[in-house]
Amino acid sequence: MDKKEYSELVEQTTPRTKEGKTLLCAFAIGGLICMIGQGISDALSALIPSFDEKTTGALTGVVMIFLGSLLTGLGVYDKIGYYAGAGSVLPITGFANSIVSPAMEYNKEGIVFGLMAKMFSIAGPIIVSGICASVLIGVVYYIIGLF
Amino acid sequence: MQYFLTYLKVFAVGGLVCATGQILINKTKMTSARVLVTFLLAGAALEAVGLFRYIEDFGKAGITIPITGFGKSLAAGAIEGAKQGLYQACTGGLAAVSAGLTAAIAFGFVIALVSKSRPKGT
Amino acid sequence: MKKGRQTYILNDKVYIAATASIAGVDEGNGRLRDFFDYVIDESEFGCKSHEKAEIKLRKHAIESLLANADVKADEIDAIIGGDLLNQLVPSGFSAREFDAPFCGLYSACATFGQSLATGALLLGGGADKVICCTSSHFATAERQYRFPLELGTQPPPTAQRTVTGVGCALLTREKPAKKCPVITAFTIGKVIDMGLDDPNNMGAAMAPATCETISAHLDERGVKADYYDLIVTGDLGKLGRELLCSMLDKKYGCVKDRINDCGCMIFKDSQKCGLGGSGAGCSSLVFCSYLYKTMLAGGLKRILLVPTGAMLSKDSSLQGESIPAIAHAVAIEM
Repeated sequence: MDKKEYSELVEQTTPRTKEGKTLLCAFAIGGLICMIGQGISDALSALIPSFDEKTTGALTGVVMIFLGSLLTGLGVYDKIGYYAGAGSVLPITGFANSIVSPAMEYNKEGIVFGLMAKMFSIAGPIIVSGICASVLIGVVYYIIGLF
Repeated sequence: MQYFLTYLKVFAVGGLVCATGQILINKTKMTSARVLVTFLLAGAALEAVGLFRYIEDFGKAGITIPITGFGKSLAAGAIEGAKQGLYQACTGGLAAVSAGLTAAIAFGFVIALVSKSRPKGT
Repeated sequence: MKKGRQTYILNDKVYIAATASIAGVDEGNGRLRDFFDYVIDESEFGCKSHEKAEIKLRKHAIESLLANADVKADEIDAIIGGDLLNQLVPSGFSAREFDAPFCGLYSACATFGQSLATGALLLGGGADKVICCTSSHFATAERQYRFPLELGTQPPPTAQRTVTGVGCALLTREKPAKKCPVITAFTIGKVIDMGLDDPNNMGAAMAPATCETISAHLDERGVKADYYDLIVTGDLGKLGRELLCSMLDKKYGCVKDRINDCGCMIFKDSQKCGLGGSGAGCSSLVFCSYLYKTMLAGGLKRILLVPTGAMLSKDSSLQGESIPAIAHAVAIEM
């Protein structure tokens, strides 16, 4: 049996992802987390009406990040992730999870070389790509603005 | 009623974003970091071409709570900065997300100090 | 005596005088619960890290093996074996606890097969007592091969769960007082790479190497598949077993009933373990508990133990390498 035949056989035999179930879970839990975010945002603007929209938005993010970090620390977030898939990865809580989980995993190697150094082992690419993209967009807009 | 409708829209848009991410994971075997990067860049791109605000007006937290909102803030900050000069065009993005990033790092540090990762039972 | 290209038939009998097994929490909740010598009640086993826990697990397993066989560490000619971690940390570090020579081995999850084969050769070279010990730990393997434990990821449908556990066996040249299983032959496998590159689908990557080793063993030893009551592979999981069966069925007729897999045996279907168990401790734990005790009780006369291994690392996958796999076969008879 050559490589091609074998990979065809594997293709046929491999169990498929339960497409419908995973999509439904991602949709429901992802939607729910966004609704919680909307609730926090509404509550914040009701409690502190002096904040402008931008500050409220940023604070909502901070609260969601706190919740994501806390649930990760309590060992709950990965259980949610088991069912939710992208539904718990994509919300900003998932970003917090990707920062806290490696920091927790490596805190046994010490604070400097463990916790701090490994904190960005998963979230690093997100921060790097985000900042590079924002610089690119800013420079392009600046150049367009010159004309 | 107004509230109900808003939250329904938030749920629908947020759910759709996450379901799209799930399709990517299922079809391409992407890891979570890759999905996050993809959606972050998508959010930044949507803001850069000026489409993000239309989705945001409709879906509110449904599009800003997912990482797309983080990308949008980065792009919006850079665009805002570009009006003032090249220096602000480069730093505006990070300045706009400084609250979120600071929160993630500070909470992450404290929580990782006091908690322990554990394997979950089957 | 070497026979054919890969197979060795042992002239002098190698007795498996005693075994010891320690299982993790979830393995203890699985199908083979009653066969384990000891089941730990929390994953860190009273240590500060899971790596330290794996070291302690091995130390305890070897100590209880010495107690089971009623021998002292300084009578042991060699402790050989391995695990999945970089630099074989659990193996080397646990060996510092014993006044006995040590040899670290690595064939990924097939290390138990390599250990039994090497142990048999050491006995042929004049050693009297050799301990073969392999282990794995879910948490240490996750950290090294996959993601942090607390990261919320969804396992793909082909994922397997690394077994937490240790199995160790005492090989002796002298015939023990009671009747015990004997290693009669072994086949050293070739590394086979069929070009699969999904690190979450190791069963499919390992099945061809397993098929190759089993065929080589049967052909070179000159026996039919039904010579063995059971051909038991290491950690192919449900998918790998199915692929192996379909390949072997083509070659040897219907052998499906005689093939099982340690990874499929260890967990219950209701446990969320994907397609089954995996890891260097999977085959050793199942052999040293269930299979060994069943052989002693007369339930099985001849088995072919074929631990299977995927020789990948996290970096090799990221560099775009496909997954080379290996399997070693060891014939064990009463």
